Formats: sequence, structure tokens, C-alpha cells
Amino acid sequence: MTRAAASWRRLPRPGRAGLVVVLLILAIAVAGPWFAPYPPDASIGPPFAPASAEYPLGTDGIGQDVLSRVLSGGRSVLLLAGLATLLAYAVGVPLGLLAGYSRGVAGAIIMRGVDVLLAVPALLLLLVLATGAGAGAVVLVIGIAIVHVPQITRIVRAATLQTTGRAFIEAAEARGDSTARILGVEVLPNISGALLADVGVRFTGSVLLVAALNFLGLGLQPPASDWALMISENRSGISIQPWAVVAPAALLAALAVSVNLFADGIAQVYARASARRVEASA
Amino acid sequence: MAEVGLHDDGGRHLNPYLRFLLRRVAVGVVLAVLVSLLIFAATELLPGDAAQAILGKTATPEAVEVLRAQLGLDRPAVQRYLEWLAGIVQGDLGNSLSTRGPVTEAISGRVANSLILAGITSMIMIPVSLLLGAYAGTRPGRPGDLVVSGTSLAFIAVPEFVIATFLILLLAIGTDLLPPVSLVAPGTSPLATPLVLVLPVLTLLLASIAQNVRMVRAGVVDTMAAPYVQMARLNGLPEREVVLRHGLRNALPPAVQVIALNLQWLIGGIVIVEFVFQYPGVGQLLTQAVALRDIPLVQALAVLIAVLYIAVNIATDLVVVLLVPKLRTAGVQ
Repeated sequence: MTRAAASWRRLPRPGRAGLVVVLLILAIAVAGPWFAPYPPDASIGPPFAPASAEYPLGTDGIGQDVLSRVLSGGRSVLLLAGLATLLAYAVGVPLGLLAGYSRGVAGAIIMRGVDVLLAVPALLLLLVLATGAGAGAVVLVIGIAIVHVPQITRIVRAATLQTTGRAFIEAAEARGDSTARILGVEVLPNISGALLADVGVRFTGSVLLVAALNFLGLGLQPPASDWALMISENRSGISIQPWAVVAPAALLAALAVSVNLFADGIAQVYARASARRVEASA
Repeated sequence: MAEVGLHDDGGRHLNPYLRFLLRRVAVGVVLAVLVSLLIFAATELLPGDAAQAILGKTATPEAVEVLRAQLGLDRPAVQRYLEWLAGIVQGDLGNSLSTRGPVTEAISGRVANSLILAGITSMIMIPVSLLLGAYAGTRPGRPGDLVVSGTSLAFIAVPEFVIATFLILLLAIGTDLLPPVSLVAPGTSPLATPLVLVLPVLTLLLASIAQNVRMVRAGVVDTMAAPYVQMARLNGLPEREVVLRHGLRNALPPAVQVIALNLQWLIGGIVIVEFVFQYPGVGQLLTQAVALRDIPLVQALAVLIAVLYIAVNIATDLVVVLLVPKLRTAGVQ
């Protein structure tokens, strides 16, 4: 508890506001479906019915209850973005460790691959993958992970390079520890700060890409309830029934902005901490 | 820029900027070829090829085989890649599966439309970002900075299509001032009906300026706190001089990199904005082609966009090197 309180105090004010809003939206996304008055994917009224006591936010183009869909539509973006970010770290961290530690051919090959992937705009990579493998949640998660891998590999490699040659690494090498053990037990804990400072930024990027692909109709397919998909589905009725677009758009914007503010706050805390370490060691 | 011009570097007598440029272009060409390989592999080697996409899931395996042979998909992938690459170099991009006509025909009018959108956006984005960033960065913590920084914090990370949706609601539906979709008749230029450009450009500006302003501001704050700026102040230079000659000039290279990042972002942003407003550019064509799984068209557009992306990177690298003489030698070697 005291550790949590200490972290809270170190977080800059916009970061704190971001965290509060993120937790609120997380609560809506997780608990929302239990409070939904109707099933999110059933036609229960006339199309584009205005807001009323019966349908608090009206209905959408095929008569589904907007409030129920908004309450159920937050899980997908958080879940898909979370999975994509996790997968990206699962692949990028070992690659970065290897590229930073081994000075041989493996490292060079990994970094040239990173250069090539970085030369392709993120959205373009996802569109090309969707053409080859079809639209859907699995392709979406794998594609977004591929977008993040080069950046993560670069950060992990740079941090790993700074640890090589330090005494505890040389001691482990002298003991004859395996490369896997050295990287996992000695290097990884020492670069966790650099990694954690970056997680929020990656997650923000994932949220934006998941939303963009769902909006373009290349991610989740109807009748899935998803905020970005709702905006896309109900755009044609925006002048008759604006709630079907405004409610998911407002929540999605709040989520993206708050995640970004929180991520920015974490990055600042870690930047200050590492600046202090540099001063202390100098 | 006192040092621009011929510069003797160890008897090679080649303008160092030119050498830097040639080197970067050579790397860029290699990168472009590798990216084309990646695009080809992702679209052709993953399960489900063009024949399957045309005939749909209900087609018999025999019918798919016949079409595969007709399209030449039964030949080895390496051979097809090399032929495709040779075609690109000669300006032959193959035939679109959806229009049945040459890909070059489908693309031709749209490149100009997208460049118009990107050009107008950058022409407004770059000066506005620099001005607002410099304004906020030279008075950190004062009311003017708080307004600029606070507003940009609220806009950072809002998805383009969410901004577009709210703009349509406010300016097209609520007040009837502007068209909610940017339809342009085939064969005419969007410049003939400039009103259709307003909402797409405004969306791209709102989605990008916040991030730009923040990063330019951070660069200016750092430079203004540097010892040589303090020294200039202590020497009694008027604040105007200090800001213009010492502060902003040295904050410019990082600002150029910020803008480079945003030109790269613009390439993705334009795809989404063209989709939202049904603006007939390359981005809208790309999303249509992806939805129809028109593989030759997607490949051509992807290569076009990727090459543009690499070119923008080289151009901004060159501008940064021109602005920072110190990097010139480092970059050349």
C-alpha cells in the first residue's frame, strides 16, 4: 500500500488524472455488460429510435440498444490491445536481448530485419497483412504485435548493450552460466526500468491501431459490439440518431487520451529515476 | 548557414552533402527492395490467394486451380516476385482484380488528390506547430504556455476518425456549413471545389498539431535553459535576439525531426481520413482494395506508399544534416 502511495506521489498530475480515467473506463468495460438492459447483439426495437425511457441512448441502424452495446463494447479494444502488446514483448524482448548480447551474425540479422520493418508505416503493414490473411481479431493482434516488435527490440538491445561488460555479467560469464541464464537472470532484471517506461506508450499505440482497424472494418466483424465498430456502423445515421456515434466516440477518445497521459507520466517517472542514478554514480 | 558549399574532405573533393545524400539514397533503394519482398510475401504467401479471393469460399477446388493457372499463380513464388519487381521498375503494375483494368489506370488520378490533401495539411501544420511550440516553449509555466500545452494535452492520442466524427457533427450536420463527405467527380480536381477539402484537412491538423507542439515546445525549453543561452542573456543581448538567434535556431533540428515523424504519421492518417470522408485518394483506394482482397492493387499501392515513406525519411535526414553542421561529418563517414 505504501509503495502504491509512493508511486502515486511521484506521478505528474496529468498522469494521475489519466490513471483515474483509465480505471473508470476499465470498470465500465469489465462490469458494463452486467448492467446492460438488453442483449448487445439483438434487434429489440425500431431502427434509429431516439433516446427514450425504454432505450436510454436510442437504438442503432438495425434496432439494437445503443446503451447495451456501449456498455459491452469496451472489452474488445482493451483485450485486443493488451494481447497485441503482450505478444509484442514476448517476441521483442528475447530478440533485443540476443541482439544486444551476441555480437555475432544473429545480432546483425535481427537488427537489419528491424530496419526493414521500421521502413513500413504501421497502418500499411496491417492493411497488407489483412489482404494476405483476411480480416479478423487474430490477424489484428498478430499484426499489431509485428508493428511493435522492432521498437521493443531496439530499446531492449540498447539497454542490454549498457549492461554488457559490467562486473556481475562478467562474473556470470566466468562461472560458465549459459547465455539463456545470463540474459534471463542477470540482464533482464537490470533493464526492466527501461522496459516498463515504454510499456504504456506501446499500449497506447495498440489501442489506436485496434480502434483504427475495427473502424475500417478490417478487425472485428458485426454483430460484435466494439466502440470503433459502432462509430463505423452508425455513421450513416448520425443526423437522425447521433447518440449511436457520439457515445462510443466519447468513450474511445477518453480511453485513448487517458492511457496516453498515464503512459507519459510513467515514462517521466522512469526518466527522472534514471537521471538520478546517473547523477549518483557520477 | 555560413558553411554550406564545397568542403574539402581528405582529397575526395565531393560535396559532403551530396555524398551523404547518395549514401542515404543507396541505403533507401536496398530498403525499398526488401520492403517490396515483405509486401509480396505477406500478400501472396499467406493462406488464401487471389484466385480464392475472386471466386469466394464456395468455389470448387477445380475452379480455383483453373483460375490460378490463368492468373499465373501456379508458378514458383520467386519467379513471380522477380517478374512483379521487373514490372514495377518498367512502370507496369499488372491488372486490378476488381476493375479488370491496369493498376496504373486505377491509381493515376488519385495520387494527385492525396498529394493535394497532404500538401495543404503540411503547409498549415508545419508553421503552426513551430509557432505554437516556440511561443509556449519561450514562456514555460506562464499563462500562454498553460493554454497551449493544456489544449494540446487534451487532443493528443484522440483517433483521427473520432475527431472527424465530431467535426462532421458540428460543422456539417449541426450547421450545414460544409459537406459531410468529400465527393469529387472523376476527372475533376478537388481544388475546383475547395470546400470538400476543409474537413479532411482540419481533421488531420487537429490530430497532429498537438503532438508537434508538445515536442517542439520541449526542444525549445531545453535550448532556452542551455548555458550558452544564459551566457547570451548575461552578455546583455536583448531577449528578442536571445530567443531568435540562440534559442530557436538551435531548437530547429529536433523540430524538423518532429515534423518528419508527423509526415510519416500523415501517410497513415490520410488513409483513415480519406475513408471517413470518401475522398477519392490513394488511401481510400487502398482500403477498398484490401476489403475486396484485390492483391495486385494492394501490392502496387503498398509499394508506392512505402517508397514515399522512405523518400520522406531521406529528405528530412538531409534537412537535419543541413541545419546541424556538426552532424555533417558524422553522417558522411
